[in-house]
Amino acid sequence: MDERILLHMKSISKSFPGVKALKGVDLEVKKGEVHALMGENGAGKSTLIKVLTGVHIEDEGEIYFEDKQIFTNTTLQAQKCGISTIYQELDLIPELSICENIFLGREIMKKGIIDWKATQKRAKEILDDMGIDVEVTSILSSQSTAIQQMVSIARAISINARLVVMDEPTSSLDDKEVRVLFEVIKKLKAQNISVIFISHRLDEIFEICDAITILKDGERVGYSLIKDITKLELVSKMIGKDASQIISRKKSYNKDKMSNENIIVTKNIVRDPKVKGIDIEVKKGEVLGLAGLLGSGRTELARLIFGADLPQGGELYINGKKEKFNLPKDAIKKGMGFCPEDRKIEGIIPNMSVKENITLAILPRLTKMGIVSRKEQEKIVNKFIQALKIKTPHMNQAVKNLSGGNQQKVILARWMCMNPELLILDEPTRGIDVGAKKEILDLIEQLASDNISVLMISSEIEELMHACDRIAVIRDGKKVGELYAEEIGEEAIMNSIAEGHQSFA
Amino acid sequence: MEATKKMTTSTNQTIDWKLFFNKYATPVLLVILISFNVVFTPNFANINTMWNILIQMTTILLTALGMTLVIASGGIDISVGSVMAISSIISAKSLGLGVLPAILVGLLVAAVCGLFIGLIIAKFKIQPIIVTLPMMIGIRGIAQVTNDSQLLNFDSPAYSFIGTYKFAGNIPVQVLIMIIAVAVVYFISNKMAFGRYVQAMGDNYRASRLTGINTFLVIIGIYVISSALAGFAGIIETARLSAADANAIGKLMELDAIAAVAVGGTPMTGGRPNVIGTVFGVLIIQIITVAVNMNNIPYTYSLVVKAIVIILALWARRNK
Amino acid sequence: MNIVELAVRKVKAFDFKKFFKDEGALITFIILFLFATFKYEQFFTVLNFKNVLRQVSMLGFVAIGMTFVILIGGIDLSVGSTLAVAGVVAAKVCSYGVAVSIIIPILIGIVFGLINGILVTKLKIVPFIATLATMLAIRGIAYIATGELSVGANSASESFIQLGRGFVFGIPIPAILFILAIIVAILISKKTRFGRHVYAVGGNEDASRMMGLKVDAIKMAVYALSGALSAFAGVILASRLGAGQPVAGDGWELTAIAATVIGGTLIVGGVGKFSGTFFGVLIIGLIQNMFNMQGNLNVWWQNILMGAILLGVVVAQSQTGKVSKA
Repeated sequence: MDERILLHMKSISKSFPGVKALKGVDLEVKKGEVHALMGENGAGKSTLIKVLTGVHIEDEGEIYFEDKQIFTNTTLQAQKCGISTIYQELDLIPELSICENIFLGREIMKKGIIDWKATQKRAKEILDDMGIDVEVTSILSSQSTAIQQMVSIARAISINARLVVMDEPTSSLDDKEVRVLFEVIKKLKAQNISVIFISHRLDEIFEICDAITILKDGERVGYSLIKDITKLELVSKMIGKDASQIISRKKSYNKDKMSNENIIVTKNIVRDPKVKGIDIEVKKGEVLGLAGLLGSGRTELARLIFGADLPQGGELYINGKKEKFNLPKDAIKKGMGFCPEDRKIEGIIPNMSVKENITLAILPRLTKMGIVSRKEQEKIVNKFIQALKIKTPHMNQAVKNLSGGNQQKVILARWMCMNPELLILDEPTRGIDVGAKKEILDLIEQLASDNISVLMISSEIEELMHACDRIAVIRDGKKVGELYAEEIGEEAIMNSIAEGHQSFA
Repeated sequence: MEATKKMTTSTNQTIDWKLFFNKYATPVLLVILISFNVVFTPNFANINTMWNILIQMTTILLTALGMTLVIASGGIDISVGSVMAISSIISAKSLGLGVLPAILVGLLVAAVCGLFIGLIIAKFKIQPIIVTLPMMIGIRGIAQVTNDSQLLNFDSPAYSFIGTYKFAGNIPVQVLIMIIAVAVVYFISNKMAFGRYVQAMGDNYRASRLTGINTFLVIIGIYVISSALAGFAGIIETARLSAADANAIGKLMELDAIAAVAVGGTPMTGGRPNVIGTVFGVLIIQIITVAVNMNNIPYTYSLVVKAIVIILALWARRNK
Repeated sequence: MNIVELAVRKVKAFDFKKFFKDEGALITFIILFLFATFKYEQFFTVLNFKNVLRQVSMLGFVAIGMTFVILIGGIDLSVGSTLAVAGVVAAKVCSYGVAVSIIIPILIGIVFGLINGILVTKLKIVPFIATLATMLAIRGIAYIATGELSVGANSASESFIQLGRGFVFGIPIPAILFILAIIVAILISKKTRFGRHVYAVGGNEDASRMMGLKVDAIKMAVYALSGALSAFAGVILASRLGAGQPVAGDGWELTAIAATVIGGTLIVGGVGKFSGTFFGVLIIGLIQNMFNMQGNLNVWWQNILMGAILLGVVVAQSQTGKVSKA
């Protein structure tokens, strides 16, 4: 490896309305280095990458590439500088051939028409060099994700990229395919091409990367060579205690209060590739936490229970009765509610009012002959605006104009007014400021004391420790540990996430 | 503190102007259009002209009301003109059964068309425009086959009543029909759970599904309502003319209806159905047609004017 | 070379299922052709073939343009109106010679197409609504320019009249031009940068932009091309009828969309081929021809059948999972 610096991003800051996504972040990548970029949801890594690749423009800071200052204001400019990105959602044209995808926009021409023979030959050469044997004339979408990713990398090589950014390249690959990808990454290194590698799988980071930058809450909280850091150190830096908000451990586990009644039981539930057979029970009136890194399968598990996605196998019992997995509306009838991870895409109805958003799920109970009772509706809405302290000028305000925390409360209110038996909360405090976070955690406690079960997913360990009676740890689509309240400790959870120990289950 | 305060007020002002424009562009346009015609079009400010406009706009209004729900849900229905035709000809053909049964049969046929369209859209999850295009061609074909594409004249004063009766010798029955239709669709959109679901699905389909809305049934309901209203429009037109012509009736109606909804301010990508806006939109479209006619300008100029109005209306709202 | 081999999906030597899916239009055409041959005596005659070919060739030009537009993920409803204006203009200027009466209408078609392109790319109005508006406006222009009357091409030169009515080696000239146009379109779609970029934009617009394709320029060019081809169809129609009619091309946008979709082009863009459109056009011509020969069946059955076929094709396409909306 070359000791010279290829990329230096200097104190990059970027704000979005209401959020400071990056607060003076530095990133240094050496030539021929595989550099891991880690951090939980909302830590700022995708914003940093988007600044680098020209999707966003930084508010402050400078980017140096091969010792020259560069300005990547569009993705094209970044590409011309030699920075290519392999996205999670592959940015290729699925219905065109492999060789065409590699050369699109830079077709090899002969006498004004495309020289397909030369194109195919060049494409074959590049892929051969990578060690990938595939028919270059086949349609991209007919090939596996792994091959498609290789094509993406081949395209980067063909435009002489000096730096390839790989955004969670392994998230949809199987073990075998990951091996091939790593071989290709090694070949890139041999050609002195640098790689920024984003992944949530620790083993992979430790296998393939040379150095690591860790982000948390828009700041760089760690930089190290891989050989100088342990997995536990890494996990604690990523999700470790934030000095600014120490939340004390909640009540102790109360076995008397806890009934043995299971609201939800899943048995060996499967949906490829993220959920590989998980057994879980949620007891009446308990808060069960799902811990695990992003991409571990925790969100996918929650969606399967709610019927948002259909599983490929396994059994689901609700209140002891075996149920078929159906649509969300069936889960709601059985007394479930679901606050999704991405509020904007799956939660709020942006142009509808606070009132309409809160009452959307409960409408069938508020209507007579299909007509919505205005009085009852406003009674409920007023009650929940007060109970949850939703800050809105009035109930007819469009919900898109509220802050993230208040939007989240609106969605919570939507389910709470249904008197549910089980609420599934996926990252309920994501993108919410500290004060509102506390309020939402208090609400969760309130729910449990009202004998409502909660299944809560969070990337923040303190949060889980604060709120949960029990925590199940998910790793690579499997449950690798379960901790009861008295065992819940930061280190135990992080150990479980990092190593998958089952000793304390 | 002082500075922040100042800033907020000033931004509020600019937003207010924008809001004003977004919100009231259609009524303002209508007022301008009417004032212009009162001054320049001979006999425009005349009670008979008004009745004429009202009679002529009935069919567009009925179809546009249904289209408002369809577009609010994020869809589009270009088969409404053909549904008018099939409802018209089948209703006229069933006059032998009696007047009321004939009307009901016409409505039923239209509703069945809507049921079929909705089923295909909901079941196969195909873009509505692609489903309603073949329906538009096919349903018109069936309408034409029904009476060998011949004009079907009939003499039934009772049937013609719903197209020609005038209250107090002056006020056309259509006015009452329109008021009821607008009230009903307004009520559905704003007071009923169904209206909420339509809007929610148009605004954020995925979130709607996760909130437990039965999207399958709502989609079917939307297209049944749209088709039934179109069918009703066809029946009224048939009653007014005392004749059913499957070739002509409802031709290009889908365009006028879509234009009226677009001008009226219902977002073309789905969202809150603006029923009152649609009424204004229909008035604008109809006044353009009538004014062009009264000024002895060939009807065809109105096509150009309509096109410009549609583009302007969408352009004015594009940054919303 | 590798420690592990990736599972590569090889292309089978001959995949019957794939062939059936890809060549659906051709197969449907053959079936219809055989059916017509056995059913109708007058069908398998040179005269009939000549007539059918001449009939469909004008629709063919419009359908080629429509295929380009649908491939980039758009739609163009203004084609019929453009055709009418072009025909009227061709009839009005035909005394200046055949070149003028072809070039000027085509230029006008390009201008209309560019207007569509601007509405779609710059004003960001959805193609359906944008071209709906221009469809109305351009039809209005056709009526206004003619006072709603047909314009006779009385002073037309012989070569102008031959354009629509003549034969070369016994084949109608419009048919020859249509076949040439299809060949050129196939070449463009397979061999040129522009052609491939059309597929890329329709396949994934955002990715195309990221890859540095000039998406807006490509869209403008495609709408202009659609305008030009519709205009050319209008010129030939005027030549054949010896008059430019302001009502010409009414409803052709739907028939052209139908021919394109029957030909296997996915309505959401990105996938399709011009040989498919060729057979799509022939299928429509064949259906019309069969209805004519049937005689005892009302011609309106044709529309019912057309609607049913189109609906069937669209539903079948949706089963491949590419036409879904959400």
